[in-house]
Amino acid sequence: MKKTIIVGLLASIGLGLAVFSCHTNDTPNPTITGRMRIAFDNVAGTSDLALNSGTYQNAVGESFTVTKFNYFVSNIHLRKDDGSDYVVPQDSCYFLIQEEKPASQTITLSNVPTGNYTGMTFVVGVDSTRSLADISKRTGVLDPGLNDGMYWEWNSGYIFLKLEGISNVAPAAQNNAFFYHIGGFGGGYNGKKTINNLRTITVPFKTDVAKVQNNATPSIQLKTNVLSLFNGTTKLSIAQNSSVMFDPFSTNIADNYGQMFSYDRIQANQ
Amino acid sequence: MRLKNTILTWWRLIAGGYVKRHVLEIWRLTYPPAISLTTRVGLGLSVLLFAVAVACQSGKSVDPTPVTPGGGITYQTTPVTLRKPANFPEMAYDLTKNPLTVEGVALGKTLFYDPLLSRDTSISCGFCHQQFAGFGHSDHPLSHGIGGKFGTRNVPGLENLAWGREFFWDGGVTSLDELPISPIQNAVEMDLKFSEALNRVQKNPKYPALFNAAFGSDTVTTARFLKAISQFLLTLVSADSRYDKYVRKEAGGDLSPDELAGLTVFQQKCTTCHATDLFTDRSYRNNGLSVGAINDQGRHAITLNESDRLKFRVPSLRNVEKTFPYMHDGRFATLDQVLNHYTSGVKDSPTLDPALKVNGQLGIALTDTEKKQVIAFLKTLTDDAFISNRSFSAN
Repeated sequence: MKKTIIVGLLASIGLGLAVFSCHTNDTPNPTITGRMRIAFDNVAGTSDLALNSGTYQNAVGESFTVTKFNYFVSNIHLRKDDGSDYVVPQDSCYFLIQEEKPASQTITLSNVPTGNYTGMTFVVGVDSTRSLADISKRTGVLDPGLNDGMYWEWNSGYIFLKLEGISNVAPAAQNNAFFYHIGGFGGGYNGKKTINNLRTITVPFKTDVAKVQNNATPSIQLKTNVLSLFNGTTKLSIAQNSSVMFDPFSTNIADNYGQMFSYDRIQANQ
Repeated sequence: MRLKNTILTWWRLIAGGYVKRHVLEIWRLTYPPAISLTTRVGLGLSVLLFAVAVACQSGKSVDPTPVTPGGGITYQTTPVTLRKPANFPEMAYDLTKNPLTVEGVALGKTLFYDPLLSRDTSISCGFCHQQFAGFGHSDHPLSHGIGGKFGTRNVPGLENLAWGREFFWDGGVTSLDELPISPIQNAVEMDLKFSEALNRVQKNPKYPALFNAAFGSDTVTTARFLKAISQFLLTLVSADSRYDKYVRKEAGGDLSPDELAGLTVFQQKCTTCHATDLFTDRSYRNNGLSVGAINDQGRHAITLNESDRLKFRVPSLRNVEKTFPYMHDGRFATLDQVLNHYTSGVKDSPTLDPALKVNGQLGIALTDTEKKQVIAFLKTLTDDAFISNRSFSAN
């Protein structure tokens, strides 16, 4: 009899917890929240990146002009000063940064729990789950038909980063244009994985702290250095690789863009 | 009976909101000490799981037939049950994510046959996928699209798409719902930016009513556009050939002695790849074709795996009589040529399918009589009801 009561009590507590926990999902989160902005400033070394006009030089001495520079940022985690992470919800965590669209270069995260943040991580690209999700779950910048050519329709998948430009070392037959369209989420075919060019970026805010309050929206200023794409672990030569798309060599470029981002400063209240 | 009463009692109390106050009391009431402890624990856990499931679902149910607010007009779609022939394996497409409706299928068919979706409004999906040719493009080795431009592969016939997991000769497209973007944007097919295709459809006067009927509003989105086309494509079920009737023992399923002999040979020598009544195992294989001038590497372009070089999807043989020419590049005009390839034309290479090199012998041994019999059998796969079905034709 005693055992029965104990089992009954445990079951009741379990049920109570289950009902209670499900209940909280349906009510607004009582945690006080604010907003955070993240601004991606595309640069080439110490110069601001200027599409179609600026001339830059890579580590192997090739000069070039950039005509297009787009990349996906997703899966943002914000690190709090107590060591815990706030994970931005999946459904609102995919952004397409486009140099030709200044508004796209600053992203705003809403409903961020108030607190002091000391760093962040994010992914360059679109993860496998979202890449394979039902078409109705992929709207906005993830809409394969409307995202300005950031999707391979012949080999289903997002282009994570697209850099195009002109260089006199690129083949004349290509009108001296070079193309880097890098994607590949490591999809599996018959048990084998394809190339995976998702890269996770970790950005500590050095000694700074981003204070998120309900009346204060800090803005994290990041620099995205297009020269790092050429001058990383692999010294990318436009002459030797003027057109890299879905290709094993693309993983070298992905390793380079894994080093492309750096923390600049926090603007306290925007 | 006791379990049913238990669940009912619990359910009433959960629904009534008494759970937190009266759990222990209910427990005593429903479980007098007559039953063993194990049973009680088991029952208790089942009820608990059930309750959790119910609790977590509440407030999140989705009405399968949405109702448009405003204007006092409700919209009601008519569900379509997709036919699943008895001799077919399980479907691959998840119909719960795109339930077929009469209105959705009608919209999809209109889009399929609309040349508005090509740059110069000259080419529709149906231009290359012709019903009389099993929704392939007969007589053209390589597909030709806008401005008379040529592609690099032969148009695959369309049928039984709900059973497909990957599409195109190389399997590069992994969802039927994404497939149309490719031919619409392809520079030698329809050559239209997908966003412009949506824009044209949004502005065309015939579409608001069709979108309203199918989705409850006239807004044209990528998902609606693509899912409507999927709905139409999914209805293209071909399963009424003489062979099907023979297999299902239906009227009209008589096969001649030659055709039956061909079926036997086919089962012995061809079903490794052309498996099940879909007549494909949907795998990718190198069938020993010599590499043509196009130098198409097939599946390798998608996976970048060396082992996938020169591999192409095993095509279905349904309506094969109508879908000539054959192979990924349409190099063979007749079934005779195809069988001659398998008996004496197979080229060895590192990725050649092992089924085509048994005991060091290249190809498949077939006598001339067997070839004739196999071809006689393959012609029993022609589905005249499918090819002449008015509901698949342009209006």
